[in-house]
Amino acid sequence: MHVLFALLVAAVILAGTHAPARAQEPYRLGAIFSVTGPGSSLGIPERDTALMIEADVNARGGIAGPDGRLHPLKLVVYDDGSDETKAVLAAKKLIDEDKVTAIVGTTLSGTSLAILDTVQKAEVPLISCAAAAKIVEPAAERRWVFKTPQSDHLIVGVLVDYLKAKGLTKVGWLNVDYAFGQLGWIEFEKAATAGGLTVVANEKFGQKDVDMTPQLTRVKAAHPQAVVVWSIPPSASIATKNYADLGLRMPIFQSHGVGNKKYIELAGGAANGVLFPAGKLLVAEQLADTDPQKGVLLAYARDFEAKYGPRNTFGGHAWDAVHLALRAMGKAGTDRAGVRAAIETTRNFVGISGVFDFSASDHNGLDRRAAAMIQIVDGQWKVAK
Amino acid sequence: MTAPARGTVLAAGAVVVGALPWAVESRYVLGMLVFVALNGLSAVGLSLVMGFAGQVSLGQAAFFAIGAYVSGVLTATYGWNGWVALALAVAAGALVAFTVGLPIFRLSGLLLAMATLAFGIIVYYVLVNWAAVTGGPSGLTGVPALAVGGFRFDNDARMLWLAWGALLVVLAVSGNVVDSRIGRALRALHGSEAAAAAVGIDTARLKLGVFSLAGAITALAGALYAHYLTFINPSPFGFAYSVELLVMVVLGGVASVWGAVLGAAAVVLLVEALRAILPLLTSAHGAAEYEIAVFGVLLMVFMIFLPSGLAGLARRTA
Amino acid sequence: MAAEQVAQYLASGVVVGGIYALIALGFVIVFGVTRIVNFAQGEFVMLGALVMAALGARGMAVPTAFAVSVLGVAALGALLYRVAVHPLRRAPALAVLILTIGASITIRGVALIAWGTDPLVVPAFSPGPPIVVAGAVVVRQGFWVLAVAGAAFVALWWLFTHTYAGAVVQACAVNPRAARLMGIRVERVALLAWGLAAGLGAAAGAVISPITYATYDMGLMLGLKGFVAAVLGGLVSPPAAIAGGFLLGVVESLAAGLVSSAYKDAVAFVVLVVVCLAQVLGALPWRVAEEA
Repeated sequence: MHVLFALLVAAVILAGTHAPARAQEPYRLGAIFSVTGPGSSLGIPERDTALMIEADVNARGGIAGPDGRLHPLKLVVYDDGSDETKAVLAAKKLIDEDKVTAIVGTTLSGTSLAILDTVQKAEVPLISCAAAAKIVEPAAERRWVFKTPQSDHLIVGVLVDYLKAKGLTKVGWLNVDYAFGQLGWIEFEKAATAGGLTVVANEKFGQKDVDMTPQLTRVKAAHPQAVVVWSIPPSASIATKNYADLGLRMPIFQSHGVGNKKYIELAGGAANGVLFPAGKLLVAEQLADTDPQKGVLLAYARDFEAKYGPRNTFGGHAWDAVHLALRAMGKAGTDRAGVRAAIETTRNFVGISGVFDFSASDHNGLDRRAAAMIQIVDGQWKVAK
Repeated sequence: MTAPARGTVLAAGAVVVGALPWAVESRYVLGMLVFVALNGLSAVGLSLVMGFAGQVSLGQAAFFAIGAYVSGVLTATYGWNGWVALALAVAAGALVAFTVGLPIFRLSGLLLAMATLAFGIIVYYVLVNWAAVTGGPSGLTGVPALAVGGFRFDNDARMLWLAWGALLVVLAVSGNVVDSRIGRALRALHGSEAAAAAVGIDTARLKLGVFSLAGAITALAGALYAHYLTFINPSPFGFAYSVELLVMVVLGGVASVWGAVLGAAAVVLLVEALRAILPLLTSAHGAAEYEIAVFGVLLMVFMIFLPSGLAGLARRTA
Repeated sequence: MAAEQVAQYLASGVVVGGIYALIALGFVIVFGVTRIVNFAQGEFVMLGALVMAALGARGMAVPTAFAVSVLGVAALGALLYRVAVHPLRRAPALAVLILTIGASITIRGVALIAWGTDPLVVPAFSPGPPIVVAGAVVVRQGFWVLAVAGAAFVALWWLFTHTYAGAVVQACAVNPRAARLMGIRVERVALLAWGLAAGLGAAAGAVISPITYATYDMGLMLGLKGFVAAVLGGLVSPPAAIAGGFLLGVVESLAAGLVSSAYKDAVAFVVLVVVCLAQVLGALPWRVAEEA
């Protein structure tokens, strides 16, 4: 018994102690995405985007470092399975075993929050692809942490503005009981009160629920002028179908969690007319030529669609994170503190999620221009009128 | 295992754990070992319930969660002292176990297991929905690390000492319990409940006592987890974790606390080993999707060839 | 509270209840004959849904796809018994339980590899808008769910009461040793039982997939709730399992609609706790999940 145990411990130690790597040619970037588990519909396009950029950069010889030489890019990607413990271990592995300069990811807010302590203690820059504002706030306590997705209060702000402009002041609300849904509700409640909207119904459903008609029936009974559903597919799609089946006619709004073709595919005809706030990637072709993001958006959409399939905003978050890291490594090489400083001083970075202006007090760097109201018309995304 | 032999092993264990951070620098390895200890604690608790009280508990994750949240909320939201919060968390685990155990231990076999399953899941949903206290699905950040004066347990090496220290103490205590009169009564219970009752052993009280002890131990693990990660949310504490603990205990061999620790180590290390090995065997980036299937197959193969778990194997070769 | 609203809750509840009933039957049959709780039952439901989706995407007609899905998964269930469970017949019950847990993880992992993480769309068995019944809106697929469930129940009832095979299965469930003494090959019956249970699960998955989509991880929650339904009805009685399934579906839907949607998924387990407590207090007129 004890022999077995000793052997086990010895194996673990052996695994952990090997000769430290010398300063190597490649620039190493770590990535943690939720390739499996509930976050996979977001994590997979993020991973694919990161790999696409890696291949692209290496095809051109690598990153030009501060020493003037080209360094190949080595991307180390781990799956956290949408699980906090796995994310923590993945982060530690990237930092101590793979010796990465910076980490991009994670996909979900819970896993990002879970690894904050690890990256801050180890002083490794983290560029998160998760939405919760808490990830980068309060800024004084998040020195090493940045994020690329638009914050909930930003997205919700765009939605509330639109509701007000259309005179839809009595709103029914449903959210998925996952962190994403809860955070959306917290922001919406605040913004609605400030904006003079009344929330007449407030319901919840589970991520894996297969039927939301009870909740929608309750909402219907409160006679709202518009209904907002805050979730991601597949539950967002099921709710949309239920909505149509129940014959509900008032406008239905979704969150930016439905910014992928999968949502439309799953909801079928019921998706027609659905409105949601999201990054401009989905309507890139319809933007004015003067929009600074248009060129970047079109290029990414074209490349991603050629290799992987329909574009979606989540892949865009990863695009932003990886490129921010690469630019910082181009300025500071493998020096983690230098890379952190370089990210923090990034101004006017034209990304997929918006135009970023980082500072010591703002590690998200986006404003309202980063999102637009989009409507689904016959299975296509159109800028909402 | 005899008391002196156990003492030697525990002392040796303490020495190894104490010296380890000087031999191993990698925070990854140290972190893994911290999780082994935390899971080990919970697994020991469950193995006492299953091995000695002879009951399957499918809701142990709830005690882990209770420990994490009681200690986490008291320190993060109310600023209480970490050790006081920890002690309260352990007490809460025991108390909840006792309260839940009182009615459900009147049930038997499958229905008892189902009641524990229901309990575990209900606790999870309370954690998700009672957002005012628990922070809801997005959880609580800012749980402070434990500290003794200026010495803070805020890195992997120190948490290693704390977590393994706790585990070794619990192993010593369980060992003593197993050897004592109570332990003999427990083993009689495990052998045959009817016979034990016939000899005058108060089986109901015994089972309740073991269940409460397990609740306390698992809550301790949960509290340590909270102070280690400095962040807690409900998602690690769902039914899947209760199942994982069950797997650890059976893998290690029921009715053996050492086996429980081995089982915990096996599961944690296996998952990480798969993460390391699979990319070498398959295309580097498709590996994640294979991890689940491979884990399942290994589990099945293991159970077919070693149904009595690792402890059973050791006993056979001893 | 409009009667229309309550009617809606009832309608949704009955449809979901049909699914729970089918899954619960699977648990009861396996437990009855082999005294094993098959943790992988939910995964058979998932496979039924995914195979249905895959075959439908290839253009196979609905009835054929349904049959292939059910029979294919049934064969898998029998295979699982033969290859993994049967060798463990002398092992402690806990080892078998963990084995079935391993099986459920394996099946889920293989489904992930084969079909990826995205949900797959399955076309409804018959096209058309939802139908309104007594003020409640019911999608057409909902009627298919009830039809399939009903057909399964009738078929099983007939099997158990009017065929030799059914009598044999019941004999094994009541007393395997005596059955063996009477010359019945219990292992063959167990094989049949596992196949039958897997087939029922697949039928449930296939018929509900147009409503819920087919995803590799849909099996766990459905399996768990089906198991609760089986336990409520008494793990050894098929009619009680069916009743338990419908009861659970309706209670869940009513609770979400009338009380609060936040705890909807917890309802199944609260019901379980209530039933357990009732049993402890001697307030139940029937015995729940008592072993022979």
